[in-house]
Amino acid sequence: MRLEDFLLMRHELLLTLIAIIILIAEIFTDDFKKQGIRPLSIILMAIVTIVGFLPAPTGTLFGGMYQATDMRLMMKNILNIGALIVFIQSASWLKSDDNQNKVSEFFLLLISTLIGMNFMISSGDFLMFYLGLELATIPIAALAAYDRYSNKSSEAGIKLILISALSSGILLYGISMIYGTVGSVYFDKVSVAYGATPLQIMSFIFFFTGMAFKISIVPFHLWTADVYEGAPVNVTSYLSVVSKGAAVFIFSIMLVTVFQNIAAMWKDVMWITAAITMTLGNLFAMRQNNLKRFLAFSSISQAGFIMLGIIGGSELGMAAVVYYILVYIFSNLGAFGVIAAISNASGGKENMSDYDGLYKTNPALSLTLTLALFSLAGIPPVAGFFGKFFLFTAVAEKGYWWLLTIAVLNTIISLYYYLLPVKAMFINKAETSIAYFKSDGWTKVGLIICVAGMVIVGFASVIFEYIRTLSFGL
Amino acid sequence: MKDMSVALKFIPLDHYVLLCIILFSIGVLGVLYRRNTIIIIMCIELMLNSVNLLLTAFSVYHSDPTGQIFVFFIMVVAAAEVAVGLAILVMMKRNIDSVDINLLSRLKW
Repeated sequence: MRLEDFLLMRHELLLTLIAIIILIAEIFTDDFKKQGIRPLSIILMAIVTIVGFLPAPTGTLFGGMYQATDMRLMMKNILNIGALIVFIQSASWLKSDDNQNKVSEFFLLLISTLIGMNFMISSGDFLMFYLGLELATIPIAALAAYDRYSNKSSEAGIKLILISALSSGILLYGISMIYGTVGSVYFDKVSVAYGATPLQIMSFIFFFTGMAFKISIVPFHLWTADVYEGAPVNVTSYLSVVSKGAAVFIFSIMLVTVFQNIAAMWKDVMWITAAITMTLGNLFAMRQNNLKRFLAFSSISQAGFIMLGIIGGSELGMAAVVYYILVYIFSNLGAFGVIAAISNASGGKENMSDYDGLYKTNPALSLTLTLALFSLAGIPPVAGFFGKFFLFTAVAEKGYWWLLTIAVLNTIISLYYYLLPVKAMFINKAETSIAYFKSDGWTKVGLIICVAGMVIVGFASVIFEYIRTLSFGL
Repeated sequence: MKDMSVALKFIPLDHYVLLCIILFSIGVLGVLYRRNTIIIIMCIELMLNSVNLLLTAFSVYHSDPTGQIFVFFIMVVAAAEVAVGLAILVMMKRNIDSVDINLLSRLKW
């Protein structure tokens, strides 16, 4: 292995470097100077995000355990953008009195999960995949329990760690049976030797179940709303966007490459779960009043829509999945950014009824939230529409008409509940709506990036075409 | 090592697989039915250990060391998982003065 081969791993190595720099900064700063770590981490993360886009060689490392293809690098860049926006949005939250002395912990844990996700996306065998997955989930549980003295936060943390441990147990059981039947854990060997013997089908079911927990596909989604509601808003936004995005990326890669021999079978499984996921996520989202829970169920139904692209399974489908996650990062983080800003300014107001008459007092924030919800619903001027359109095209191309019908019906249902907060903000009258407040610079920057992303990604067709050219060689 | 793998192969592979299925099922049922968080964590460990046993058995039968290497990584990760889990458990005990998961119903629809 030559020295320049390490260039292939530049995302992971740079993130590790940031983690070490923040650790050193943490040791050498006094307690009252800890606030300086916030701009430091954000600037370093911005540099890493930009460096990630520079052209670089592709190839494999460690005998095929680590794979760096153009598509995977693109996925890592998308996750980096998401993490950067979360960093920027959480800056004002970390300034509050409760969090002042644990600033660097937040960034360290977040970066270590990001390293895990990057390794997971680049994995070429099940061992690397498993290690990346665990590195991506364990620190998240610590983050969910970030508010040490809040009952809700500890409840979210314990639920998340138990569920993720259970799901990785199930996943590992599947992996062990794959190893037993094939005799190797390398993806390229497994994909050739994988057949449809009963034990292999069972191993796939276990594997699918384990991954379904991570993406929160419907029969295994019950933890999502609880954890999302209990965790601090900024952690929830990370969990619902970046975490889920990484799991979707690797799941789609593995379904298309490793399990290609049984594609006909997993497509049937996905068909049914996607239909149920979209429908139940939507139906539950309608009756929520807490906005974090509302977005949790909305993210469940979005996972169902994303599965459409995987079912399509073509090169268009893969491109649509990656593009949709990019759009979803901007729209969901926009929505969460507004909710976080309001929650921080008003002392924890997160219910839909608290938002009555918000347009009168805080027009800019309400317009941003409206735009983000429109994008999530898929209303034309913003990027969400194009994302959904490509996903639907990918399914229609393969002739899944019934699934397409269910998806379109679900889009109509989702319009109803995405418009509920909009109605509360613009139409409902309230005696005591949330008073006008001025957001600080970081929050503004974060929201502006989200809005710009929603508009630009939608209109610049170059981006989708570029992703599409990459998706030939996964 | 050679003798060891011959001795291990004296027991048919089916027996290992069956034992692992039983252990795994006990673990899953424990997670589903027990209410004490510490016991739930123990049951998850049981599930992981059944996976370890299965990997080792397959590894011996394939004469391929990958499975045994995998086991080491699973052990390390399981230890890390339990460390974080127990830390959160201590926090939960301080906040609500119990480790019973039935009390964790504040976040319900």
